[in-house]
Amino acid sequence: MKHTINELEDIASQVRRDIVRMVHACQSGHPGGSLGCADFFTALYFEVMNHSTDFTMDGKGEDLFFLSNGHISPVFYSVLARSGYFDISELATFRKLNSRLQGHPTTHEGLPGIRIASGSLGQGMSVAIGAAQAKKLNKDHSTVYVLLGDGELQEGQNWEAIMYAPHNKVDNLIASIDYNGQQIDGPTEKVLSLENLQAKFEAFGWHVINSDGNDMDSIVKALHYAKTLTGKGKPILNLMSTQMGAGVDFMMGSHKWHGVAPNDEQLATALAQLPSTLKDY
Amino acid sequence: MKKYTYTEKKDTRSGFGAGLLEAGKKNPEVVALCADLVGSLKMDAFIKEFPERFFQIGIAEANMIGIAAGLTIGGKIPFTGTFANFSTGRVYDQIRQSVAYSDKNVKICASHAGLTLGEDGATHQILEDIGLMKMLPGMTVINPCDYNQTKAATIAIAEHHGPVYLRFGRPVIPVFTDPDQKFEIGKAWMVNEGTDVTIIATGHMVWKAIEAGEKLAEMGIDAEIINIHTIKPLDEEAVLKSVKKTGCVVTCEEHNKFGGLGESVARLLSTELPTPQEFVAVNDSFGESGTPDQLMTKYGLDSINIIEAAQKVIKRAKK
Repeated sequence: MKHTINELEDIASQVRRDIVRMVHACQSGHPGGSLGCADFFTALYFEVMNHSTDFTMDGKGEDLFFLSNGHISPVFYSVLARSGYFDISELATFRKLNSRLQGHPTTHEGLPGIRIASGSLGQGMSVAIGAAQAKKLNKDHSTVYVLLGDGELQEGQNWEAIMYAPHNKVDNLIASIDYNGQQIDGPTEKVLSLENLQAKFEAFGWHVINSDGNDMDSIVKALHYAKTLTGKGKPILNLMSTQMGAGVDFMMGSHKWHGVAPNDEQLATALAQLPSTLKDY
Repeated sequence: MKKYTYTEKKDTRSGFGAGLLEAGKKNPEVVALCADLVGSLKMDAFIKEFPERFFQIGIAEANMIGIAAGLTIGGKIPFTGTFANFSTGRVYDQIRQSVAYSDKNVKICASHAGLTLGEDGATHQILEDIGLMKMLPGMTVINPCDYNQTKAATIAIAEHHGPVYLRFGRPVIPVFTDPDQKFEIGKAWMVNEGTDVTIIATGHMVWKAIEAGEKLAEMGIDAEIINIHTIKPLDEEAVLKSVKKTGCVVTCEEHNKFGGLGESVARLLSTELPTPQEFVAVNDSFGESGTPDQLMTKYGLDSINIIEAAQKVIKRAKK
């Protein structure tokens, strides 16, 4: 372990502060899913992935991460900055004119750490598969990670990719699902039910593991375990239960905070629940 | 009129297949992807030579574009292959976000473009693809005119960094360009110098423009014929230089008159050198089943249509 679980939890707390402050500052963006994935991103970038903040697009010899549900950009930006890809002061520019921190992640403005634009849903899994297959061709034994939203699985392209990866033994790929059961118009159960995701992925030929995405110990163990499953002929799916808005009581467990910014009072309430463990940007 | 002859007819998609093999030999980073149309795209030779560098995607074009974008991140130069309709309209958002906006070095190679796909009918005959692709910032759009030019273009785009849309067709047509030509992206080819009218043609319409030029010469009209194989970026200098001389222009393309080469030329001329122009293109219509020749006649894409357009535009220019 590079960090103790407590240290990782402290980083995640700061990441959550960044998220609510960023979204509050521009009065737009998506706090709910960002907060729900703060622990996952922290575990990935501070503990699990072998990566360099000296950014190169091809990332040869490094583990790569792709964010498919690009609207949770605040958590991505915070973790990239906190791990050293760019200065944390730049987080203050989120969603503002001339910023590299666009509403949804993009390579277009040259922000280190971003390798593909995402936002229009359903495309990240395919991109991650391509990157994983390039690694195989390059005899690069690193791992490719991708995060997808659960509601995003309603996009058909995902299922093309989900079918393709096992057939082609893309076993250097670890996909995680942000399984919070919420989407813009309400619970996924009501909007368009995902039914039994584990059974669906297994039927397509994936090795599925489960984790609690808001329990640092669980998520770290799951990602380390997933890594041991690579190279065995199957892509790996980490079905990760999360709560939208995790860490801020009034945002938790509801789709209502998917894409709404807190006001001044709500920001103060949220920050009071999130200890500042590193310096605020 | 300069004399053009041919000894054989070949399909431009075979030019693509030959070019892909050669590009693959030149650069080990070149890889190919196909959505269940290997035979139609003439990818067999590449697959035989480089089986480990070929990805059979199945009938899943959106996934193909995404995988291609991902492959570039590891330094690969992916060539995707399927019909033009499934290469563009079907996957527009995937190309827009994962390729063009992300500045990925993907070569989108599209066969069976336009009416000359023939009997399969309008579901497969895309006439909007040039427009769709040229509207994407940073996208290079190329529509070569015969086997040799398609082969040369395929080799050239592997050496060009950035997303490219390469459009070619199904039927056999005359092979009349130099087999050893150097293909320069964005550089027009002067097919015939003339003084009375500029005929600008792309793709399958270039040979028809040559046929028209010969007939026009018999009528005493000296046509300048320019092959624009790269629709974007357009060789503006070549177009302006010619039109300054002739004072009128006919554009010819196997595409809807909306959004194609003709509109690119019109946009240029309207700001730089307003000039009478006629469009030989499909008149905002879908295609239908039929042989390629029948369809080109029915939809007004024959050499006679170019001749009539030239006569008309010359008259307009004289007014």
